[in-house]
Amino acid sequence: MENKTFEPKIIAFVCNWCTYTGADLAGTSRMKYEPNVRLIKLPCTGRIDPVMILKAFEKGADGVLVSGCHPGDCHYNAGNFHARRRWIMFHKLLDFVGIDENRLHFSWVSASEGKKFVDVINGFVNKVKAKGPFEKYEKINKEFVING
Amino acid sequence: MDDIKKIARELFTSGKVNAVLGYVSINGQRTKPFLATKPEETDNFIINKYILNNLTVYLTKKEILKYGKIGIFAKGCDVKAIVALLQESQIKREEVYIVGINCNGVCADFDMEFSGETIALKCLNCEVRTPKLYDELIGTTEEMPKADDGKLKMIRKIEALSSAEKWDIFEEQFDKCIKCYACRQACPLCYCERCISDKSVPRWIESSASKRGNFSWNIIRAFHLAGRCIGCNECERACPMEIPLSLLNRKMAMVAQEEFKYVSGLDPNTPTLIGSYDLKDDEDFIE
Repeated sequence: MENKTFEPKIIAFVCNWCTYTGADLAGTSRMKYEPNVRLIKLPCTGRIDPVMILKAFEKGADGVLVSGCHPGDCHYNAGNFHARRRWIMFHKLLDFVGIDENRLHFSWVSASEGKKFVDVINGFVNKVKAKGPFEKYEKINKEFVING
Repeated sequence: MDDIKKIARELFTSGKVNAVLGYVSINGQRTKPFLATKPEETDNFIINKYILNNLTVYLTKKEILKYGKIGIFAKGCDVKAIVALLQESQIKREEVYIVGINCNGVCADFDMEFSGETIALKCLNCEVRTPKLYDELIGTTEEMPKADDGKLKMIRKIEALSSAEKWDIFEEQFDKCIKCYACRQACPLCYCERCISDKSVPRWIESSASKRGNFSWNIIRAFHLAGRCIGCNECERACPMEIPLSLLNRKMAMVAQEEFKYVSGLDPNTPTLIGSYDLKDDEDFIE
């Protein structure tokens, strides 16, 4: 049982217009990617409240991926610019309190980049696999269940 | 500063304000915030080394707003909060009459004798001893050498640790949290009518003082103040469990300065950090 390979749980917050459509393209093109990822579609990366990223970790994610349109391609013109600034602040904050940078990944994947989507997912899943389960967060999650 | 009562009274008699926020003494040297709504109520106003509260926290409260134009006694750091509130369009400049206080530092706590040693840490390398924005100015600043408050060193030390070590430090600190939300109540920039921690459908932040809920709360609190916190340190002073909240706030202020050359609370006409963007923002961390 000990040798059983660790399969990480990855939550991906993606925007409706680019990355989700890119994922669709990967699917319709029959490209295969790691099945560890659960996609959550949101209207725009600007809609991704950092509290959602924390919630994903609370619910047992080992890694969180955030992805949207390339700068300049946003369906709402500026959503991803706002998001980018927020992420700069947020990932530095998480890094400071001890959430490894390798557990949080940001990318731009456009609707035509099915191949890049596959690469991003595979690359990130491998990175989190190498890191192992997010034991620190699991521990405080468990304590919550006992106390709460 | 004897003329403070006169100044406060004059604000009323000249019709500049309908109410004045100031400090009155209580139990000796201790002070408490006080809202004077009549000229004679300003008789007990006081300015000393123990005017610790940041009165700007009241400027956004409904109970205060109803008076219309408000006068406020504000130290340099408090004025930064006023500027930040102006930046975020939470108050109108013409609705606030600022009596700026030239400040030579305040005491770290009420029941201490003021000296070079008991001065509040935030005062040690203060950049705004003369407020940046005011309608009238009282007092004078004295020569004061700048000193290191040790926070920067602590932050650099934490940054150099591994993720697991950082986590352990903050897990231990956040574990002390009892979710009293004093940090939120004391903060002049935590003015949301309904805080995300009070929202229950869905429940984004666990309300119990469990490790998980504490972690989310303290991270989200720090993030919601990222690029906004003006460093008045009221959250840390209000915290009954002595969680070093200023470390997080200071760290985020450092990121704002390093990444965007942005300092909160200096100019009411600059757009806020999180409310604006630049096409050239860093994206080396994005694949």
